[in-house]
Amino acid sequence: MSDKLIIGGHEFSSRFILGSGKFDLDLINAAVEHAGAEIVTLALRRVNSFSGNILEHIPAGVTLLPNTSGARTAEEAYKIARLAREAGCGEFIKIEVIHDSKYLLPDNYETAKACEMLAKDGFIPLPYMYPDLNAARDMVNAGAAAIMPLAAPIGSNQGLATKQFIRILIEEIDLPIIVDAGIGKPSQACEAMEMGAAAIMANTAIATAGNIVEMAKAFKHAIIAGRTAYLAGTGRVLDKASASSPLTGFIRE
Amino acid sequence: MERIDHMKYLPDMEVLEDSDIGERVVRAMRNYDYSKYTAADVKRALSAEYLSPDDFGALLSPAAEPFLEDMARRATLETHKHFGNSVLLFTPLYISNYCENHCIYCGFNCQNKIRRAKLDEDGIRREMEAIAKTGMEEVLILTGESRKMSDVEYIGRACSIAHEYFKNVGVEVYPMNTDEYAYIHECGADYVTVFQETYDSDRYEQLHLAGHKRIFPYRLNAQERAVRGGMRGVAFAALLGLSDFRKDAFAVGTHAYLIQRKYPHAEISFSCPRLRPIINNDKINPKDVHERQLLQVMCAYRIFMPFAGLTISTRERAGFRDNVVGMCATKISAGVSTGIGSHTEEESAGDSQFEISDTRSLAEVIEAIKGRGLQPVLNDYVYV
Repeated sequence: MSDKLIIGGHEFSSRFILGSGKFDLDLINAAVEHAGAEIVTLALRRVNSFSGNILEHIPAGVTLLPNTSGARTAEEAYKIARLAREAGCGEFIKIEVIHDSKYLLPDNYETAKACEMLAKDGFIPLPYMYPDLNAARDMVNAGAAAIMPLAAPIGSNQGLATKQFIRILIEEIDLPIIVDAGIGKPSQACEAMEMGAAAIMANTAIATAGNIVEMAKAFKHAIIAGRTAYLAGTGRVLDKASASSPLTGFIRE
Repeated sequence: MERIDHMKYLPDMEVLEDSDIGERVVRAMRNYDYSKYTAADVKRALSAEYLSPDDFGALLSPAAEPFLEDMARRATLETHKHFGNSVLLFTPLYISNYCENHCIYCGFNCQNKIRRAKLDEDGIRREMEAIAKTGMEEVLILTGESRKMSDVEYIGRACSIAHEYFKNVGVEVYPMNTDEYAYIHECGADYVTVFQETYDSDRYEQLHLAGHKRIFPYRLNAQERAVRGGMRGVAFAALLGLSDFRKDAFAVGTHAYLIQRKYPHAEISFSCPRLRPIINNDKINPKDVHERQLLQVMCAYRIFMPFAGLTISTRERAGFRDNVVGMCATKISAGVSTGIGSHTEEESAGDSQFEISDTRSLAEVIEAIKGRGLQPVLNDYVYV
């Protein structure tokens, strides 16, 4: 069975996207290898930092997803995206526009604006957003290639705090919905995938695990399990047992 | 010498008529009675997901001292959650030690007989080149506080040169007006550090006898003017040991808290300097603030504002610094020399502000960080 994740016309077999912001660079290789991730995010502001160039730590065959972290407005996101492209990071860009230093919640309005500017300039924008249906529609219309709603405040490991709203996005938006930020445990990743999310992006949950390689593996399996369940069609779960005498038993013709 | 009113703005000092943050900080500090907290308050604070200013007050109180180990554990968790394994590195560069202020605890004070010097543009370039060669990507430009000897244009020029050699440029200079911060920002600086020294205005008056710095409220509102001038981040500190350190630390946290609430995009960070001996006065010692108390303050900052940066200075010994990174500190200086011209000359042209305790090079600090399983990061910033 071919079950590919397609983003902006590019095909991926893995539905696990690895964050690199909090990783020890030397461990990225191991985590990619054991978790099977094909997409690795990268904060442009970290490029060229210590240990040489982060680009050198990304194994061959892995697609880079640079992000615009550090941007506070659409214009700043646009500038950072162009710097990323100049640095050889390709056309994919995860839009992060954050105007809040405490919770690091994305600014949907500026994000939609950035989406439009970047799509017009030939980028493949993947907006990180607060799960709001109207904003997601704006981003789709602005040229987004996928929508990346947050599950909970970034780094909080709180799991699917916004579950009901992500569910609405999955129902209503025709693009892949990639759950980003807040996923703390493999079981939560599994739950999101079961619900129909197209992929999971995780960073802190793995970076802060006791054993990074083992946790990366656990996420890989959880995501596959959730996806498989979604494709299989989960059985109905009713609130109450069915009545043995049907209410509609009186109908004759 | 006649002393001017320390609460009255001098001409040319911008007044933020529409802001009450400074007053609120001072009022909160005056009302802060750390003797009222109990062990139960401390436990409640430690188990709160998001801490209130009152919880922060509990963590700074003597009642929290027996809980230092618990605080360190919680702080480590928060640091890990928000910063992962990353530890940022920077080096300070002193470009001038002329000072017009008379602060009785400071080596730069205008009455202290030290060798004064100011780097010209070539000198600044040479020093920066030497620092950049070590691999450093972030620099903090410092001056003594003299508008005459190091005017805003001079500091702006230094920032422009720094922008050529470094990815990230901060300044720790005299407080400025909003339009002057905007100018320095245009020149390439994006972070402003101002130490309030002490938030107790009476004590402040006794310690700062002359100069622009004597004006307490102008200094107090520096961070707000810097943010309005377009700076990305502002750093807060009290020089612990000058006054009641618990009250001062409470004021520092409250100040940062109020700025962050009003300007949610501003990046907040803390420094935790303690008094150090200076040239011609080796009797200065942070008597009340032992390492245990310093660590309590640092952990309290971390737990109260887990997203904020926290810098540990070379005033502290290597063993202390190495242990607090990853626990509560997120940024550490390395390759530090507080004299003027001392990165390129064997004998610096100007004397230093204070004695440093940790003289390790960048490479040595990097090795120490890696040895603790942490990741040294030389830049986490993009100037846009």
